[in-house]
Amino acid sequence: MAVRVQMEDFDVGAEIKALTGDRTDIGAVVTFTGTVRGNTPDHPIASMTLEHYPGMTEAELARVEAEAIARWPLEASLIIHRYGTLKPGDNIVLVITASAHRQAAFQAAEFLMDYLKSRAPFWKKEQGADGQGKWVDARECDDEAVARWQIDSAK
Amino acid sequence: MTITHRPIKLMYFAWVREKVGLAEEHVQPPVDVSTISDLVAWLRGRGPEYAAAFERGEVIRTAIDHTHARADARIGNAREIAFFPPVTGG
Repeated sequence: MAVRVQMEDFDVGAEIKALTGDRTDIGAVVTFTGTVRGNTPDHPIASMTLEHYPGMTEAELARVEAEAIARWPLEASLIIHRYGTLKPGDNIVLVITASAHRQAAFQAAEFLMDYLKSRAPFWKKEQGADGQGKWVDARECDDEAVARWQIDSAK
Repeated sequence: MTITHRPIKLMYFAWVREKVGLAEEHVQPPVDVSTISDLVAWLRGRGPEYAAAFERGEVIRTAIDHTHARADARIGNAREIAFFPPVTGG
């Protein structure tokens, strides 16, 4: 059970191996990787800068993970979220959940992503090909996604 | 003489930071500034950059000592209060 906030990239395969290792009590491992899209509805983007709130970010991700552990029988979990300047195609976020059976692993991974998107203090700024910077707006569908888990979002 | 809070560290992120023109500062508001809403109203009076940053105050989110807080939350003995737009990570 761990959270990491880092500038560096991550290797999904290496992280799965490090998390589950030689364990034989795990029957299901689910991973979600979020990556930078190169096109928005409005314009192509050259890069994206992720700002965060050091200290609160780690605390909030740990609370999100603790909530998942309280709800599902997870054997192991990991959240990695990057910050800094990223290019289209780069990794942004990794969630890994491991359980004895697939249902808990699938559901917990989806919950972790919905919950962290509504609560973890990160902000994306897109730099367009024209050099213009634009802060990304929060999406209402993300609020709806978290509402179905019946917990408070950050509103 | 106005009675004030102990110094509180304020932090600003994303476009709130850009509009205020500061990433962080220490302030000592008067003690009758008791909630986050009061603090926002007090900050708005500090200058045009604050007025601009908090113009759409209802959109701005707040955290007290690294925990999300609502507008009616009391400041109490907070050491660090942060203002930021709705989060867009993930």
